[in-house]
Amino acid sequence: MSAHANLERRRQAIYGWLLLSPAAVLLTLFAFYPSIATLWSSLFSRGTRRKPSEFVGTENYADLFADPTFWIVVKNNLLYAGITIPVSIFIALSMALWANSKISARGFVRTAYFTPTVLPMIAAANLWLFFYTPGLGVLDQIGSLFGLPSVNWLGQPETALWAIIIVTIWKEAGFFMIFYLAALQTIPADLKEAADIEGASRWTYTRRIVLPLLMPTTLFIAVNAMINSVKLIDHLFILTKGGPSDASKLILYYIYEMAFAFFDAPSAAAMTIMVIAVLGVVAAVQFLYLDKRTHYQ
Amino acid sequence: MKSLTKFMDSFGAILLAIIWISPLLFAFWAATHSTSDAVNLNLFSPWTLENFRVAWAGAPWLKYFINTFLLVTVILIGQFFLTTLAGFAFAQLRFPGKDFVFILVLMQLFILPEVLIVENYAMISRLGLFDTILGVGMPYMASAFGIFLMRQAFKGVPIDLHEAARIEGCGLLGILWRVYVPLAKPTYLAYALVSVSTHWNNFLWPLIVTNSPETRPLTVGLSIFGAPENGVDISIISAATLMSVAPLLIAFLIFQRQFVQAFLRAGIK
Repeated sequence: MSAHANLERRRQAIYGWLLLSPAAVLLTLFAFYPSIATLWSSLFSRGTRRKPSEFVGTENYADLFADPTFWIVVKNNLLYAGITIPVSIFIALSMALWANSKISARGFVRTAYFTPTVLPMIAAANLWLFFYTPGLGVLDQIGSLFGLPSVNWLGQPETALWAIIIVTIWKEAGFFMIFYLAALQTIPADLKEAADIEGASRWTYTRRIVLPLLMPTTLFIAVNAMINSVKLIDHLFILTKGGPSDASKLILYYIYEMAFAFFDAPSAAAMTIMVIAVLGVVAAVQFLYLDKRTHYQ
Repeated sequence: MKSLTKFMDSFGAILLAIIWISPLLFAFWAATHSTSDAVNLNLFSPWTLENFRVAWAGAPWLKYFINTFLLVTVILIGQFFLTTLAGFAFAQLRFPGKDFVFILVLMQLFILPEVLIVENYAMISRLGLFDTILGVGMPYMASAFGIFLMRQAFKGVPIDLHEAARIEGCGLLGILWRVYVPLAKPTYLAYALVSVSTHWNNFLWPLIVTNSPETRPLTVGLSIFGAPENGVDISIISAATLMSVAPLLIAFLIFQRQFVQAFLRAGIK
């Protein structure tokens, strides 16, 4: 190897690490170190003035598993994910099929579907507050037209989580729609012509041709919706604060509460580690899926 | 038959569209009417801007707007700087340990910053950045997503241009600045739109690391303004909500196509 090539290689290595270093420092400070610190602190007891924190192994985890609120929160979050993921995918798909077909007022329709995406969750919650407020809210007003009694949507355990779920679906469906729209526009027009010539009904065409072709998009959206079902909790701060009696509390909100209202950092850390583990599984799924998609191309 | 299905399609699509924007429409209606007219859905009641006046006077909104504006600007500048350098290193340079570090960066894609609030809060306090705009923005600057996006953009730049600039006597940073950055303009624009709308709307982290009106962004200010303890009524909350979403909403309505393209580009990768 010539001295010149050697020099060039060394130059690239130095430049490479120099260019990387600012990002590497910040990623270490705000992602890698905090992840490890979270794992570490989840293994120690909560220090008090009289009793300093000490190593307790998995005790924090055991305490969590013994905490009934934890299980309520997990159940809530599973329901939250179990409803918001399929329903917003379904609505997003319907929106995309409509927004892609030759209907009147298509521009308005697309804008209306996508608009919630650019609103902050806090603002969305305020808008929906106007719907849910008992007595004064829009839902109650509509209900009273039909002689229905006033319902405290946010104030009773049976409906609070559902009210939260609806806001989330409203917020994310339009965002997912654009990915379906983009995918729909790549489906060649001759497939539709061929299906028409064969006399396939619209339903058959959608089910047998469009949906399978949209499968990679659906997977992509599903992963995003899964991440959202952990992340989208801002509206809880406005609408229910997790209540009544924890009926609408979700995991990330509980972590926040543990850490910043009850000052129980070790429990918050243990819960965080569990969330990271779940996200890791989602990541693995997405990596496999990305792999598959490259095979498609 | 065919025209009937077409009509049904249009009808369904438009009905859903109206349902979808009805929260916004109702808020607009409530904000422009007196509270009692708003809750009674009194369709012929007079319009008023009084609610906006009351809402505006009720909190330091101008300060909140400036804070949010500074916050998204600081984050965007930091992101552009860091992700350009790192993206270029990953795309065009060869150095030992590159693949390993890239996998570490990819891992960060799945550890949401939202989940690490407790330790990030400790870190920000340790750095003395609690209750500063820099402290709110810092955890988002080295965005793994941005690094990935820039790497993809730079990989698409033809190597001939790189070689040509080098022969002309351009240094590595010069090549990055004169060849790669200009060619990646559409990616920068897309990334900027996604970043600005994400951080304009972000709430949980700013809520944790800000503690005074001097640093509080709009979302946090809005949540405090609308808290039931403050006893503000629905018309005034609606007015405040519309005020705080207006800049982004108007920008979206004007540059709709660019927004949608940006989200698509950023999402599909």
